[in-house]
Amino acid sequence: MPPETLFRRITDYASRADPYPLYAELREARVARQEDGSYLIGTFADVAALLHDPRISSDLHNRTDPRAGGLLPPPDDMPPSFIGVDDPEHDRLRRLAMRPFGPPHSPGRIDGLTGEVTRIARELAGSLDGRDRIDLVDDFAYPLPVGVICGLLGVPAEDVPQVHAWTESIIAGFDLTPGQDEEARTRAAREARRGMAAYLSGLAESRRGHPSGDLLSDLANDHGPDGSLTPGELMVTAVLLLIAGHETTVNLITNGMLTLLRHPDALALLRADPGLVPGAVEELLRYEPPVQLLPQRTPLTDVEVAGVTIPRGAPLILVLAAANRDPLRYENADRFDPLRRDIQHFGFGSGVHNCFGAPLARLETRVALTELLRALDAPALVEDPPPYRRSPVLRGPRHLLIEQATGGGA
Amino acid sequence: MPGTDRPGRIVVVGASLAGLRAAEALRDNGFTGELTLVGEEDRPPYDRPPLSKAVLLGRVRAADVTLPARRAVDARWRLGVRAEGVDLTHRTVLLAGGERLPYDRLLIATGTRARPWPHPGEAALHGVLALRTAADAALLSGLLDAGPRRVLVIGAGFTGSEIASACRGRGLDVTVVERGPAPLVGALGGTLGAFAAALQRAHGVDLRCGVTVTSLQGRDGRLVGAELSDGGRIEADVAVVCLGAVRNTEWLDGSGLAAGPRGLACDAGCRAFDMYGIVTDDVFVAGDVARFPHPLFEYQLLSLEHWGNAVAQAEVAAHNMISEGPRRRPHLAVPAFWSSQFGLNIKSVGVPTFSDRVVIAQGSPAERRLVAVYGYRGRVTAAVSVNRAKSLEYYERLIESAAPFPPDPATTDRTVAPTPVPSDVPDPRQLSHGPTVALTGHLPDRRGLALVRRES
Repeated sequence: MPPETLFRRITDYASRADPYPLYAELREARVARQEDGSYLIGTFADVAALLHDPRISSDLHNRTDPRAGGLLPPPDDMPPSFIGVDDPEHDRLRRLAMRPFGPPHSPGRIDGLTGEVTRIARELAGSLDGRDRIDLVDDFAYPLPVGVICGLLGVPAEDVPQVHAWTESIIAGFDLTPGQDEEARTRAAREARRGMAAYLSGLAESRRGHPSGDLLSDLANDHGPDGSLTPGELMVTAVLLLIAGHETTVNLITNGMLTLLRHPDALALLRADPGLVPGAVEELLRYEPPVQLLPQRTPLTDVEVAGVTIPRGAPLILVLAAANRDPLRYENADRFDPLRRDIQHFGFGSGVHNCFGAPLARLETRVALTELLRALDAPALVEDPPPYRRSPVLRGPRHLLIEQATGGGA
Repeated sequence: MPGTDRPGRIVVVGASLAGLRAAEALRDNGFTGELTLVGEEDRPPYDRPPLSKAVLLGRVRAADVTLPARRAVDARWRLGVRAEGVDLTHRTVLLAGGERLPYDRLLIATGTRARPWPHPGEAALHGVLALRTAADAALLSGLLDAGPRRVLVIGAGFTGSEIASACRGRGLDVTVVERGPAPLVGALGGTLGAFAAALQRAHGVDLRCGVTVTSLQGRDGRLVGAELSDGGRIEADVAVVCLGAVRNTEWLDGSGLAAGPRGLACDAGCRAFDMYGIVTDDVFVAGDVARFPHPLFEYQLLSLEHWGNAVAQAEVAAHNMISEGPRRRPHLAVPAFWSSQFGLNIKSVGVPTFSDRVVIAQGSPAERRLVAVYGYRGRVTAAVSVNRAKSLEYYERLIESAAPFPPDPATTDRTVAPTPVPSDVPDPRQLSHGPTVALTGHLPDRRGLALVRRES
């Protein structure tokens, strides 16, 4: 099949359960120009080079056609979040957001969450006890990171269902599948984003001058060498942290359990030695990354990749999940090996936009898998492949039904 | 794997980063024979970069700085012992005290030491010291703990600048005296040198450039001050001598190896040259003491004092020590180093001194966030970032691919094309220093070399 339709085939929902043969096709082509003028890149070396290339912009305003590549154009009524702007603006916003979140100013913040994450994970895992059928997504992988990020930001527990509803709509807007409902989906996504933004900025405003120890308070009350976030910047940063802070982790935990259930030897190995879990999480980030591709890069000048000139302003789509399984980079690239030592993956991207929340995602997934392996009794997949969510970008199962051996008593 | 599981005796002289990593790589690669590590210091290998940073700031004790062991190396450790010579003919290393260690393969990783203050009497004053070893760092941090009235730093290279930064971090008054026109100028050239000078002054360093210390003065055996070449005088209780490093090669005098003040020359596979330029096949060299040809820099023999080079070169040397000819690998790593000072992270790839022009390709000195790209004869040869390290991989690829200089000006944080300026480094053609030998004999079978000794 012609490479011009590769992106259509990747985004086709029928490919969701196993896009990897298409990624192999992409690596073969190295650069695949699409019929709409966008370019797909998928080898390890090319993705690595472009992620570190200062000529590649993350700001959609640099696109010749902001609607090309099937993305939502940036909304005009809200400032962009730091993933949608370039340095030095990106760096300023990211540094302001980093101050209360990580080193050097808050080195212990994420580490300090270990107890709370473990408590939530144990509570959720405990509720699975004795049930012969579990939906790992609804019963565990979703509520854990939502509980953690809402707690971290300072969102009251009673508002979490509303947050969930908004998130669903916003994520549906990332669905790159062209076709029916596009207009309605876009409108709903925008509405939801506005709703969440207004809610979070209300929360933040109520804490200005009344810090309550959470991240929103710190962001609202911090005055560092870079000044403070404006109310608008604070609003979009909070939306970004809230959405990115759990949507990806849900998939990482679910993809992780799915992979382990497909590899019983690995599951037994980790159960016997939980000390191996951190390494296995890195391998999962390589093998089944929650963010499969970055659709919003744009060259500021003509850039040559593998002899192909990608013109200035063209949509550039970096397929991280394809690069992660490049056989030129990894031995047995398509094999899941929790003991793999040489893992330099793009599960969190790389370069200046390298995932801000990576330390939190790592902590949550390590704790989640450890607690699940401890709690579940001879778990088995009910359905393989499971039903997937729509998005080809944030890819993961919508449900993951698991049976436990405890059945007799139920 | 045939040809890699070699028994026999390997001796590693130099028990620091390069020596340790080589020993680990030897075992990783399947070497099952007898392994001996000889080290002059009496403690196991430790890490040096923290000595001028975290240790001086009081965050870590010098005694607690170690190097993580990646694996057990099952070696005989001869610590606290100097090696005093090599007998190539009989394949033995001579140790202080007369012991002879036989080897089948030898790795020389003796590194460098701090260049001492040239006047022994002044150097012996209490309060005068250099910073190279953990013992030095313990001594210096103790002196800083005591709250000296002023610290004098002699020489504003990376070590001197980091020490000045640590002193300011502790709120101590510090004077830096630098012979050149600016700090870091020898390593990074004029543009970043000027930036470093402004940075130091903004942090309250009393920086004196184009000046040397002519004498250190003591009273009752303690340092009290210094006189400067411009007629100035400094009162100080502590003086740190940061005049660069001396390569530990004297012990190889008379061995017939190509060892001199610039290091021990070797081929790209880390095999040492003898003084005739003939490659040895059983003597290898790695780390700060090595001089090796790098094709990206016109095969000039480079000596690097970089942490990453020590590791990469040690691994190549170890591999080649136990591999047959065609399986041997070249050491082709692109040089890289980093520093942290005055709240900034400085990183470098390539060889900034191998340049004739430099351009601020991203950011600006005013933002304290930039990438300076260096070129030589129209191609990119180095890049140095200040608080902007994530772009360096891009420039590393430009260096590796001999990309044209100046680089493409269309970057995300740049709207106007910057203008290259002279890089103000020593002429890179001078990097390769002339031989320190003289030809002797007239008949073809009598021709030989004699070492010309110069006191440095």
